[in-house]
Amino acid sequence: MALYSEKVMDHFRNPRNVGVIEDANGIGEVGNAKCGDIMKMYLKIEDGIVQDVKFETFGCGSAIASSSMATELIKGKPLSEVKTLTNKAVAEALDGLPDYKMHCSVLAEEAIQSALEDYQRRLQEDAKA
Amino acid sequence: MIYADNAATTRMSEAAVRRMTSLIQEGWGNPSSLYRHGQIAKEYLEQAREEIAGLIGAQPREIIFTSGGSEADNQAIRSAALLGKKKGKQHIISSAFEHHAVLHTLKALEKEGFEVTLLDVHENGIVDPSEVEAAIREDTCLVTIMAANNEIGTIQPFREIGAVCRQKNVLYHVDAVQAVGHIPLNVIEDNIDLLSASAHKFHGPKGVGFLYAKKGVRLFNLIEGGAQERGLRAGTENVAGIAAMAEALKESMAGMQENAKYITKMRDRLIRGLSEIPHAALNGDAQRRLPGNVNFCFEGIEGESLLLLLDDKGICASSGSACTSGSLDPSHVLLAIGRIHDVAHGSLRLSIGEDITEEEVDYIIQAVKETVEYLRGFSPVWRDLMSGKKEFIL
Repeated sequence: MALYSEKVMDHFRNPRNVGVIEDANGIGEVGNAKCGDIMKMYLKIEDGIVQDVKFETFGCGSAIASSSMATELIKGKPLSEVKTLTNKAVAEALDGLPDYKMHCSVLAEEAIQSALEDYQRRLQEDAKA
Repeated sequence: MIYADNAATTRMSEAAVRRMTSLIQEGWGNPSSLYRHGQIAKEYLEQAREEIAGLIGAQPREIIFTSGGSEADNQAIRSAALLGKKKGKQHIISSAFEHHAVLHTLKALEKEGFEVTLLDVHENGIVDPSEVEAAIREDTCLVTIMAANNEIGTIQPFREIGAVCRQKNVLYHVDAVQAVGHIPLNVIEDNIDLLSASAHKFHGPKGVGFLYAKKGVRLFNLIEGGAQERGLRAGTENVAGIAAMAEALKESMAGMQENAKYITKMRDRLIRGLSEIPHAALNGDAQRRLPGNVNFCFEGIEGESLLLLLDDKGICASSGSACTSGSLDPSHVLLAIGRIHDVAHGSLRLSIGEDITEEEVDYIIQAVKETVEYLRGFSPVWRDLMSGKKEFIL
C-alpha cells in the first residue's frame, strides 16, 4: 500500500513538460507559498491550438504530478477542448488522488484556466494596439 | 534503507524483542489471577516497574503503565487539572510547541473553563524559566513543558523550570517522550512531579508507555473498569510489552553516554553538510538539542516532495510541511519558533540513532543536496527568489 497511485508516482518522479517557455503567450500562476502550493503554467498557443506547454511547481508530490498530467492532457489540443479541462479529469488520469490532495488537481485546472485568461487578455490588448 | 526517523519511532532492540517474545510464549498469564501462572506474570510486571522506577530515580509505586506517551500526557494533565479545580485553581502554563497530546488536552480543558497560558519558545526553541516564573499566578495549578521537542529536538531547561515550580508550589509535568533513554533525566534531581514516556521511542515496543507521578500527587483514571495499576488504569496489563519496555530502557540508559557522544558527532556532521546548501537554516538551537535531531528549512521547496524523493534514494525522514500533516498549515512547532509559512513548508527532520554510519551520513548529505537543487530547478518560488522578484527569508 502506497500513499499515491503508480501513475502519480510516475509523473512525480518523471514530470513531463517541466520548465519555461520564453515566448509563451499565455502564463498563469495560482496558489500561494503560504499554503504550500504554487503552480505556474506557460502556454504557446498558435492557430487556436496549444502547441507547447510547460510548468513550474512548488508543492507536494501530487501537486507536481497534477501539473505534469495536466500539461499532457492539453498539449496539442484545441482551445475549445482545453477550456473544458476539469480537475476531475486530471485526477482520473492519475488513477485518483487521496481526498485531501484533490485540491492539487483543482490547482492544475486553475493554473491552466488562468493561463488561458492571460492569453485572451493579450489578444484583446493586441487588438486595441 | 537508511533509517533517519527515530523521533517517529525506533527499531526494537534485540534484547527487547527476546524479552517480549519469551513473555508472550511463557509469561502470558493474567497478573490479576491468583494461581501461580498469573502470579508469575504479576512478578514480571512488578519487576519491570521496579527497574523503570530505578532508572529515572523514582519509587516503583510512583510508576503506572499506560498505552504510551499520549495516554500518559492526557492522564497527567487531566489529573493535575482536577486537583487544581478542587482548590479553585484553573490556570495552566505550557508552551506553544508542545506535542498535540498536550496541546489538544489543554484545548479541551479550556472548553471546561480552564485558562491556559502558552509561553513563547523563542527563535532557538527554548523556554525561558524566568518567563515560567513570571507567568505563574495564584490560581496556577500546573506547568506542563516538555523535556525535548519532538520536531526540532531542542532540550528545555526542565530542571530549572522544575525548581521554579517547586518554589512556587505548582505541579510540574514533563512530556519526556523524546528525552527518556536519550539524555540524562532524574525525577528527583530534576524536580519533576509528573512525567510521560513512551517505549517505542527508546527501542521498546509500540503501544506501551508509563506515567510517573510523585508520591502525594493524586492521579485520576481515564479508563474505568478494573483494579489494575492500583485502580488508576483499568485493563489487563500488557505484561510482555511492559517487560520489553523495561529491557529497552535498561539498555538505552546503560549505553546512553557512549551513544550520545557518537550520535552527536554524526548529527553535527549532518548539520555542517546541510548548512552548505544555500538559503537553508537549521531549526532550533544548534547545541541544546537531542543528540540525534537535525531539522532544516530549505527555501523554495516543499517538504513532502523532498521526502518522497529521499524515500526513492532509500532514506526515511520526516517533514513539518502541511502536506505531511494533512492540513493546510505547516508544523505548529516551526511556526512557534518564528518560521513563516512559506519556509516552514520546506522543512526536513532527520533523527538518527546509534546505528548510523559516517558513510550513511555523507550519503544523506549528498542526497539532500541533490534533491533540494533538483526541486528548486522547477520551483516558481525559487525562480522569483533568484530573479529578485521576491526576497530571500533564509
